[in-house]
Amino acid sequence: MENHPDTVHPGPAAAPPGDLAIWFFILAELLAFGVFFAAYAFGRAHNVALFNEMQQTLDRQAGAFNTVLLITGSWCVARAVEAVERSRSATGARWLAAGIACGGGFLVVKGFEYAAKFGAGINLSTNTFYMFYLSLTFFHFMHVILGMVILVALWWKTRQGAYGPGNMNGIESGAAYWHMVDLVWIVLFPLVYVMH
Amino acid sequence: MNTRQLNFVWVVLMLATLATYAIGEVGAQLGIVGPLAMTALLVISFIKGRLVALDFMGLRGVKFFWRGLLIGWLLLVSALIALAYWIALK
Repeated sequence: MENHPDTVHPGPAAAPPGDLAIWFFILAELLAFGVFFAAYAFGRAHNVALFNEMQQTLDRQAGAFNTVLLITGSWCVARAVEAVERSRSATGARWLAAGIACGGGFLVVKGFEYAAKFGAGINLSTNTFYMFYLSLTFFHFMHVILGMVILVALWWKTRQGAYGPGNMNGIESGAAYWHMVDLVWIVLFPLVYVMH
Repeated sequence: MNTRQLNFVWVVLMLATLATYAIGEVGAQLGIVGPLAMTALLVISFIKGRLVALDFMGLRGVKFFWRGLLIGWLLLVSALIALAYWIALK
């Protein structure tokens, strides 16, 4: 929040940053992931031994590193929004590029994880755990890709100085979507990789 | 949010991620296993998710309705995971 020295008590803003439409989209995405997480958790309740055993075959280092990448990417994009709001488009574009790099790093690490699993002959029909692991993480993977497409568009427009104070709607909307992708992974990592 | 606040939130999120990872790696040696580990993991992810929603998404200064939707989602998902975990213990 910016300080408003001429306003004693600005009060809470009525609407979240960005376009209201993106927030309905984000809520729909969160609902879908929420159903997926609950399905995983209750699926595990019926196959505890299998899930606990199969979880040990996951690469927790890769999962943790990817958490670091997504959170750092989210931080970069938050810094970008903050820079653009202070009329520093060039700085904002650099932060967006850093966010894109973090997203790219996530995809590379996840790609190596998938390659290792597929190389070991694991697929969707291996067992219930891997059906959930592959479909849930791939559903998230697709969201990272969409988030990166949005970030590249924001980076391009920010470089051209398309956003600034009073014209934050586009960058705030795209940033909110990217943070949603991070938020979902923050639940996914402990649930799928660690909890047993 | 100003720069310093955003940086502080990032540091907290990194430390919380380290805590989640540590529970997975050395939780057993520290006696953090079973329901205790599950509870710790859910509390950590709630704290992280709440910070992302309030500070990165910028909902801290927005009407409770919007904060409530995202924090409510976190609470609901955590409650369902805890319930399923409890059923699995039976």
